[in-house]
Amino acid sequence: MNRWDDAKLEQIVAWLLISGVALSALVVLAGATGFLWNHAGERTDYHTFHSVPRQYRDVGGVLGAVKTGDWRAVIQLGLILLILTPIARVAFSLAGFVLERDRTYLVLTAIVLAILIYSFVATQ
Amino acid sequence: MTNLEFTGLVFAISALAGCLGALTGLGGGVVVTPALTLLLGVDIRYAIGASLVSVIATSSGAAAAYVREGYSNIRIGMFLETATTIGALLGAYLATRTPTAILGIIFGLVLLHAAWTSSRGRPRDLAGNEDPLADRLKLSGSYPGERGPQHYNVTHVKTGWGLMFGAGTLSGLLGIGSGALKVIAMDQAMRVPFKVSTTTSNFMIGVTAAASAGIYLRRGYIEPALAMPVMLGVLGGSLIGARQLVGAKVRVLRWIFAGVVGVMAIEMIVNGVRGFK
Repeated sequence: MNRWDDAKLEQIVAWLLISGVALSALVVLAGATGFLWNHAGERTDYHTFHSVPRQYRDVGGVLGAVKTGDWRAVIQLGLILLILTPIARVAFSLAGFVLERDRTYLVLTAIVLAILIYSFVATQ
Repeated sequence: MTNLEFTGLVFAISALAGCLGALTGLGGGVVVTPALTLLLGVDIRYAIGASLVSVIATSSGAAAAYVREGYSNIRIGMFLETATTIGALLGAYLATRTPTAILGIIFGLVLLHAAWTSSRGRPRDLAGNEDPLADRLKLSGSYPGERGPQHYNVTHVKTGWGLMFGAGTLSGLLGIGSGALKVIAMDQAMRVPFKVSTTTSNFMIGVTAAASAGIYLRRGYIEPALAMPVMLGVLGGSLIGARQLVGAKVRVLRWIFAGVVGVMAIEMIVNGVRGFK
Protein backbone atom coordinates (compact mmCIF):
# COMPACT_ATOMS: atom_id res chain seq x y z
CA MET A 1 0.00 0.00 0.00
CA ASN A 2 1.34 3.36 -1.02
CA ARG A 3 1.92 5.68 1.92
CA TRP A 4 1.06 8.66 -0.31
CA ASP A 5 -2.58 8.30 -1.24
CA ASP A 6 -5.19 10.90 -2.16
CA ALA A 7 -6.57 11.10 1.37
CA LYS A 8 -3.21 12.02 2.85
CA LEU A 9 -2.58 14.48 0.03
CA GLU A 10 -5.92 16.15 0.70
CA GLN A 11 -5.16 16.49 4.42
CA ILE A 12 -1.93 18.35 3.69
CA VAL A 13 -3.60 20.49 1.03
CA ALA A 14 -6.21 21.52 3.61
CA TRP A 15 -3.48 22.42 6.10
CA LEU A 16 -1.57 24.38 3.43
CA LEU A 17 -4.65 26.38 2.44
CA ILE A 18 -5.52 27.22 6.04
CA SER A 19 -1.94 28.32 6.78
CA GLY A 20 -1.71 30.46 3.66
CA VAL A 21 -5.03 32.19 4.25
CA ALA A 22 -4.36 32.65 7.98
CA LEU A 23 -0.91 34.12 7.35
CA SER A 24 -2.15 36.53 4.69
CA ALA A 25 -5.15 37.53 6.83
CA LEU A 26 -2.82 38.33 9.74
CA VAL A 27 -0.55 40.46 7.55
CA VAL A 28 -3.58 42.25 6.04
CA LEU A 29 -4.99 42.78 9.53
CA ALA A 30 -1.69 44.23 10.76
CA GLY A 31 -1.59 46.56 7.75
CA ALA A 32 -5.24 47.49 8.28
CA THR A 33 -4.62 48.40 11.92
CA GLY A 34 -1.70 50.62 11.01
CA PHE A 35 -3.56 52.18 8.09
CA LEU A 36 -6.72 52.96 10.07
CA TRP A 37 -4.73 54.15 13.10
CA ASN A 38 -2.99 56.76 10.95
CA HIS A 39 -5.64 57.57 8.34
CA ALA A 40 -9.04 56.79 9.95
CA GLY A 41 -10.45 60.30 9.55
CA GLU A 42 -9.23 60.89 6.00
CA ARG A 43 -11.38 60.42 2.93
CA THR A 44 -10.37 58.36 -0.08
CA ASP A 45 -12.07 58.56 -3.45
CA TYR A 46 -12.66 55.28 -5.27
CA HIS A 47 -15.22 56.71 -7.71
CA THR A 48 -12.70 57.42 -10.42
CA PHE A 49 -10.08 54.97 -11.57
CA HIS A 50 -6.49 56.10 -11.76
CA SER A 51 -4.64 52.79 -11.29
CA VAL A 52 -2.94 52.29 -7.93
CA PRO A 53 0.55 53.84 -7.40
CA ARG A 54 3.36 51.98 -9.11
CA GLN A 55 4.92 50.64 -5.88
CA TYR A 56 1.78 48.56 -5.17
CA ARG A 57 1.88 46.74 -8.50
CA ASP A 58 4.65 44.17 -8.00
CA VAL A 59 6.43 42.24 -5.26
CA GLY A 60 9.63 44.31 -5.39
CA GLY A 61 7.78 47.61 -5.15
CA VAL A 62 5.61 46.40 -2.29
CA LEU A 63 8.58 45.10 -0.27
CA GLY A 64 10.40 48.38 -0.79
CA ALA A 65 7.38 50.37 0.40
CA VAL A 66 6.94 48.12 3.45
CA LYS A 67 10.48 49.02 4.54
CA THR A 68 9.59 52.72 4.50
CA GLY A 69 6.71 52.05 6.94
CA ASP A 70 3.89 52.29 4.36
CA TRP A 71 0.85 50.52 5.89
CA ARG A 72 -0.98 50.16 2.60
CA ALA A 73 2.05 48.27 1.32
CA VAL A 74 1.77 45.91 4.33
CA ILE A 75 -1.85 45.21 3.30
CA GLN A 76 -0.74 44.65 -0.29
CA LEU A 77 1.95 42.23 0.92
CA GLY A 78 -0.77 40.20 2.68
CA LEU A 79 -2.83 40.19 -0.51
CA ILE A 80 0.14 38.96 -2.52
CA LEU A 81 0.60 36.14 0.02
CA LEU A 82 -3.06 35.30 -0.58
CA ILE A 83 -2.54 35.18 -4.36
CA LEU A 84 0.45 32.89 -3.80
CA THR A 85 -1.57 30.46 -1.63
CA PRO A 86 -3.37 28.59 -4.46
CA ILE A 87 -0.11 28.60 -6.43
CA ALA A 88 1.64 26.95 -3.47
CA ARG A 89 -1.25 24.50 -3.26
CA VAL A 90 -0.76 23.44 -6.88
CA ALA A 91 3.01 23.20 -6.38
CA PHE A 92 2.41 20.92 -3.41
CA SER A 93 -0.05 18.78 -5.37
CA LEU A 94 2.65 18.37 -8.00
CA ALA A 95 5.03 17.00 -5.36
CA GLY A 96 2.24 14.75 -4.09
CA PHE A 97 1.59 13.24 -7.51
CA VAL A 98 5.32 12.64 -7.91
CA LEU A 99 5.26 10.66 -4.66
CA GLU A 100 2.12 8.82 -5.79
CA ARG A 101 3.89 8.05 -9.08
CA ASP A 102 0.82 9.22 -10.97
CA ARG A 103 2.19 10.30 -14.35
CA THR A 104 -1.11 11.55 -15.80
CA TYR A 105 -1.75 13.91 -12.91
CA LEU A 106 1.88 14.89 -12.73
CA VAL A 107 1.60 16.26 -16.28
CA LEU A 108 -1.80 17.90 -15.68
CA THR A 109 -0.60 19.57 -12.47
CA ALA A 110 2.63 20.74 -14.12
CA ILE A 111 0.59 22.43 -16.85
CA VAL A 112 -1.55 24.25 -14.27
CA LEU A 113 1.51 25.33 -12.28
CA ALA A 114 3.29 26.59 -15.41
CA ILE A 115 0.27 28.72 -16.33
CA LEU A 116 0.05 30.17 -12.81
CA ILE A 117 3.75 31.03 -12.65
CA TYR A 118 3.63 32.54 -16.14
CA SER A 119 0.72 34.79 -15.19
CA PHE A 120 2.37 35.86 -11.93
CA VAL A 121 5.84 36.70 -13.24
CA ALA A 122 5.75 37.08 -17.01
CA THR A 123 2.71 39.09 -18.00
CA GLN A 124 2.70 42.83 -18.35
CA MET B 1 -17.37 58.96 4.20
CA THR B 2 -14.16 58.66 6.21
CA ASN B 3 -11.78 55.73 5.73
CA LEU B 4 -12.99 54.19 9.01
CA GLU B 5 -16.70 54.34 8.09
CA PHE B 6 -16.04 53.16 4.55
CA THR B 7 -13.92 50.24 5.75
CA GLY B 8 -16.63 49.16 8.23
CA LEU B 9 -19.40 49.31 5.64
CA VAL B 10 -17.41 47.42 3.01
CA PHE B 11 -16.49 44.83 5.64
CA ALA B 12 -20.18 44.22 6.51
CA ILE B 13 -21.25 43.91 2.86
CA SER B 14 -18.35 41.58 2.12
CA ALA B 15 -19.11 39.33 5.11
CA LEU B 16 -22.64 38.80 3.79
CA ALA B 17 -21.35 38.16 0.26
CA GLY B 18 -18.79 35.67 1.56
CA CYS B 19 -21.43 33.73 3.44
CA LEU B 20 -23.66 33.46 0.35
CA GLY B 21 -20.69 32.63 -1.83
CA ALA B 22 -19.63 29.71 0.33
CA LEU B 23 -23.19 28.38 0.71
CA THR B 24 -23.78 28.24 -3.02
CA GLY B 25 -20.33 27.55 -4.41
CA LEU B 26 -20.56 30.79 -6.37
CA GLY B 27 -17.73 32.55 -4.57
CA GLY B 28 -18.28 35.93 -2.94
CA GLY B 29 -16.87 37.96 -5.83
CA VAL B 30 -19.94 37.99 -8.01
CA VAL B 31 -21.93 39.56 -5.18
CA VAL B 32 -19.17 41.93 -4.03
CA THR B 33 -18.60 43.62 -7.40
CA PRO B 34 -22.20 44.76 -7.99
CA ALA B 35 -22.55 45.71 -4.30
CA LEU B 36 -19.46 47.95 -4.36
CA THR B 37 -20.34 49.60 -7.65
CA LEU B 38 -24.12 49.94 -7.16
CA LEU B 39 -24.27 50.75 -3.42
CA LEU B 40 -21.02 52.68 -2.91
CA GLY B 41 -20.22 54.00 -6.38
CA VAL B 42 -16.77 52.41 -6.49
CA ASP B 43 -15.18 52.32 -9.95
CA ILE B 44 -15.78 48.89 -11.50
CA ARG B 45 -12.05 48.26 -12.02
CA TYR B 46 -11.24 48.72 -8.33
CA ALA B 47 -14.27 46.55 -7.47
CA ILE B 48 -13.08 43.83 -9.84
CA GLY B 49 -9.58 43.88 -8.32
CA ALA B 50 -10.91 43.64 -4.77
CA SER B 51 -13.44 40.96 -5.69
CA LEU B 52 -10.80 38.84 -7.40
CA VAL B 53 -8.69 38.89 -4.24
CA SER B 54 -11.71 38.07 -2.10
CA VAL B 55 -12.53 35.18 -4.41
CA ILE B 56 -9.18 33.58 -3.58
CA ALA B 57 -9.83 34.04 0.15
CA THR B 58 -13.33 32.51 -0.06
CA SER B 59 -12.15 29.59 -2.06
CA SER B 60 -9.09 28.76 0.01
CA GLY B 61 -10.79 29.39 3.37
CA ALA B 62 -13.83 27.25 2.63
CA ALA B 63 -12.03 24.64 0.55
CA ALA B 64 -9.82 23.72 3.48
CA ALA B 65 -12.90 22.72 5.48
CA TYR B 66 -14.51 20.81 2.57
CA VAL B 67 -11.34 18.93 1.71
CA ARG B 68 -11.18 17.52 5.23
CA GLU B 69 -14.83 16.53 5.18
CA GLY B 70 -14.27 14.57 1.96
CA TYR B 71 -16.80 16.29 -0.31
CA SER B 72 -14.46 17.79 -2.88
CA ASN B 73 -12.73 15.69 -5.54
CA ILE B 74 -9.08 16.74 -5.89
CA ARG B 75 -8.63 14.95 -9.24
CA ILE B 76 -11.70 16.44 -10.89
CA GLY B 77 -10.49 19.79 -9.58
CA MET B 78 -6.95 19.46 -10.89
CA PHE B 79 -8.00 18.08 -14.28
CA LEU B 80 -10.51 20.88 -14.84
CA GLU B 81 -8.07 23.53 -13.61
CA THR B 82 -6.08 23.00 -16.83
CA ALA B 83 -9.17 24.38 -18.57
CA THR B 84 -9.98 27.20 -16.15
CA THR B 85 -6.43 28.59 -15.88
CA ILE B 86 -5.86 28.65 -19.66
CA GLY B 87 -9.25 30.31 -19.95
CA ALA B 88 -8.38 32.81 -17.22
CA LEU B 89 -5.22 33.88 -19.08
CA LEU B 90 -7.18 34.29 -22.29
CA GLY B 91 -9.88 36.22 -20.42
CA ALA B 92 -7.41 38.61 -18.78
CA TYR B 93 -5.91 39.40 -22.21
CA LEU B 94 -9.32 39.78 -23.86
CA ALA B 95 -10.45 42.11 -21.06
CA THR B 96 -8.52 45.02 -22.55
CA ARG B 97 -10.02 44.49 -26.00
CA THR B 98 -13.71 43.70 -25.46
CA PRO B 99 -16.38 46.15 -24.27
CA THR B 100 -17.50 44.91 -20.84
CA ALA B 101 -21.03 46.12 -21.57
CA ILE B 102 -21.49 43.40 -24.20
CA LEU B 103 -19.85 40.75 -22.02
CA GLY B 104 -22.02 41.74 -19.06
CA ILE B 105 -25.15 41.10 -21.08
CA ILE B 106 -23.93 37.74 -22.38
CA PHE B 107 -22.88 36.71 -18.88
CA GLY B 108 -26.22 37.86 -17.48
CA LEU B 109 -28.05 35.65 -19.98
CA VAL B 110 -25.85 32.68 -19.11
CA LEU B 111 -26.62 33.22 -15.42
CA LEU B 112 -30.36 33.49 -16.07
CA HIS B 113 -30.19 30.11 -17.75
CA ALA B 114 -28.21 28.76 -14.79
CA ALA B 115 -30.85 30.00 -12.34
CA TRP B 116 -33.59 28.35 -14.41
CA THR B 117 -31.94 24.94 -14.75
CA SER B 118 -30.71 24.93 -11.17
CA SER B 119 -34.13 25.65 -9.68
CA ARG B 120 -35.66 22.79 -11.72
CA GLY B 121 -33.16 20.24 -10.45
CA ARG B 122 -32.26 17.28 -12.64
CA PRO B 123 -33.54 13.75 -13.22
CA ARG B 124 -31.80 11.10 -11.14
CA ASP B 125 -30.24 8.93 -13.83
CA LEU B 126 -26.78 8.44 -12.42
CA ALA B 127 -26.47 4.85 -13.64
CA GLY B 128 -25.22 3.98 -17.13
CA ASN B 129 -23.22 5.82 -19.80
CA GLU B 130 -19.84 5.88 -18.13
CA ASP B 131 -17.23 7.96 -19.90
CA PRO B 132 -14.07 5.94 -20.71
CA LEU B 133 -12.09 9.18 -20.39
CA ALA B 134 -13.34 9.59 -16.82
CA ASP B 135 -12.07 6.10 -16.14
CA ARG B 136 -8.61 6.84 -17.51
CA LEU B 137 -8.41 10.05 -15.50
CA LYS B 138 -9.69 8.35 -12.34
CA LEU B 139 -12.34 11.03 -11.90
CA SER B 140 -15.03 8.96 -10.23
CA GLY B 141 -15.13 9.02 -6.47
CA SER B 142 -17.25 8.86 -3.36
CA TYR B 143 -18.50 11.27 -0.73
CA PRO B 144 -19.83 10.81 2.82
CA GLY B 145 -23.59 10.13 2.64
CA GLU B 146 -26.16 9.30 5.29
CA ARG B 147 -25.54 5.58 4.90
CA GLY B 148 -21.79 5.45 4.45
CA PRO B 149 -19.75 6.51 1.39
CA GLN B 150 -21.78 7.19 -1.76
CA HIS B 151 -20.05 6.24 -5.01
CA TYR B 152 -20.53 8.30 -8.18
CA ASN B 153 -19.42 8.09 -11.82
CA VAL B 154 -18.42 11.01 -13.99
CA THR B 155 -19.61 11.47 -17.57
CA HIS B 156 -19.30 13.96 -20.49
CA VAL B 157 -15.71 14.81 -19.57
CA LYS B 158 -14.98 16.75 -22.79
CA THR B 159 -18.14 18.85 -22.48
CA GLY B 160 -17.22 19.60 -18.88
CA TRP B 161 -13.71 20.65 -19.89
CA GLY B 162 -15.10 22.97 -22.57
CA LEU B 163 -17.53 24.59 -20.16
CA MET B 164 -14.72 25.03 -17.65
CA PHE B 165 -12.61 26.77 -20.29
CA GLY B 166 -15.51 29.18 -20.76
CA ALA B 167 -15.85 29.64 -17.00
CA GLY B 168 -12.13 30.41 -16.73
CA THR B 169 -12.32 32.94 -19.57
CA LEU B 170 -15.21 34.76 -17.87
CA SER B 171 -13.31 34.65 -14.58
CA GLY B 172 -10.28 36.37 -16.11
CA LEU B 173 -12.47 38.78 -18.04
CA LEU B 174 -14.72 39.96 -15.21
CA GLY B 175 -12.55 39.27 -12.16
CA ILE B 176 -14.97 36.77 -10.68
CA GLY B 177 -14.59 33.14 -9.63
CA SER B 178 -17.41 32.13 -12.02
CA GLY B 179 -18.41 29.42 -9.58
CA ALA B 180 -21.90 29.38 -11.14
CA LEU B 181 -20.58 28.08 -14.45
CA LYS B 182 -18.23 25.68 -12.71
CA VAL B 183 -21.11 24.15 -10.80
CA ILE B 184 -23.15 23.84 -14.01
CA ALA B 185 -20.28 22.14 -15.80
CA MET B 186 -19.88 19.54 -13.05
CA ASP B 187 -23.43 19.18 -11.80
CA GLN B 188 -25.36 19.39 -15.10
CA ALA B 189 -22.86 18.16 -17.70
CA MET B 190 -20.57 15.76 -15.88
CA ARG B 191 -23.27 14.53 -13.47
CA VAL B 192 -21.16 15.02 -10.40
CA PRO B 193 -23.36 15.07 -7.24
CA PHE B 194 -24.41 18.62 -6.32
CA LYS B 195 -22.51 18.84 -3.04
CA VAL B 196 -19.36 17.49 -4.65
CA SER B 197 -19.84 20.00 -7.51
CA THR B 198 -20.21 23.01 -5.23
CA THR B 199 -17.29 22.09 -2.99
CA THR B 200 -14.95 21.12 -5.85
CA SER B 201 -15.94 24.35 -7.60
CA ASN B 202 -15.05 26.30 -4.45
CA PHE B 203 -11.74 24.49 -4.40
CA MET B 204 -10.97 25.39 -8.04
CA ILE B 205 -12.04 29.03 -7.83
CA GLY B 206 -8.89 30.09 -5.96
CA VAL B 207 -6.57 28.60 -8.55
CA THR B 208 -8.57 30.11 -11.42
CA ALA B 209 -8.59 33.53 -9.76
CA ALA B 210 -4.85 33.32 -9.02
CA ALA B 211 -4.25 32.81 -12.75
CA SER B 212 -5.58 36.30 -13.48
CA ALA B 213 -4.75 38.02 -10.16
CA GLY B 214 -1.11 38.57 -11.13
CA ILE B 215 -2.25 40.35 -14.28
CA TYR B 216 -4.74 42.50 -12.33
CA LEU B 217 -2.05 43.38 -9.78
CA ARG B 218 0.23 44.75 -12.48
CA ARG B 219 -2.61 46.65 -14.12
CA GLY B 220 -3.10 48.50 -10.81
CA TYR B 221 -6.65 47.19 -10.22
CA ILE B 222 -5.88 45.95 -6.70
CA GLU B 223 -6.20 48.92 -4.29
CA PRO B 224 -4.98 47.73 -0.86
CA ALA B 225 -7.20 50.00 1.26
CA LEU B 226 -10.32 48.78 -0.57
CA ALA B 227 -9.33 45.13 -0.98
CA MET B 228 -8.51 44.90 2.75
CA PRO B 229 -12.08 45.06 4.18
CA VAL B 230 -13.37 43.06 1.20
CA MET B 231 -10.88 40.25 1.76
CA LEU B 232 -11.30 40.12 5.56
CA GLY B 233 -15.10 40.38 5.36
CA VAL B 234 -15.47 37.75 2.66
CA LEU B 235 -13.12 35.41 4.50
CA GLY B 236 -15.10 35.71 7.76
CA GLY B 237 -18.42 35.26 5.95
CA SER B 238 -17.20 32.28 3.95
CA LEU B 239 -16.07 30.46 7.08
CA ILE B 240 -19.58 30.85 8.54
CA GLY B 241 -21.16 29.80 5.24
CA ALA B 242 -18.98 26.71 4.94
CA ARG B 243 -20.15 25.49 8.37
CA GLN B 244 -23.76 25.52 7.22
CA LEU B 245 -23.26 23.27 4.18
CA VAL B 246 -23.03 19.84 5.74
CA GLY B 247 -26.39 20.24 7.47
CA ALA B 248 -28.13 22.09 4.61
CA LYS B 249 -30.56 20.26 2.34
CA VAL B 250 -29.67 20.03 -1.35
CA ARG B 251 -33.15 21.33 -2.28
CA VAL B 252 -32.75 24.45 -0.16
CA LEU B 253 -29.25 24.96 -1.58
CA ARG B 254 -30.64 24.83 -5.10
CA TRP B 255 -33.23 27.50 -4.33
CA ILE B 256 -30.67 29.81 -2.70
CA PHE B 257 -28.42 29.20 -5.68
CA ALA B 258 -31.18 29.97 -8.18
CA GLY B 259 -32.25 33.11 -6.31
CA VAL B 260 -28.76 34.57 -6.04
CA VAL B 261 -27.92 33.77 -9.64
CA GLY B 262 -31.21 35.26 -10.86
CA VAL B 263 -30.70 38.58 -9.08
CA MET B 264 -27.14 38.79 -10.35
CA ALA B 265 -28.24 38.02 -13.89
CA ILE B 266 -30.72 40.91 -13.98
CA GLU B 267 -28.11 43.22 -12.51
CA MET B 268 -25.54 42.23 -15.12
CA ILE B 269 -27.97 42.75 -18.00
CA VAL B 270 -29.24 46.11 -16.72
CA ASN B 271 -25.67 47.32 -16.20
CA GLY B 272 -24.67 46.09 -19.64
CA VAL B 273 -27.51 47.90 -21.38
CA ARG B 274 -26.73 51.09 -19.41
CA GLY B 275 -23.11 50.77 -20.49
CA PHE B 276 -24.05 51.52 -24.10
CA LYS B 277 -25.48 54.95 -23.27
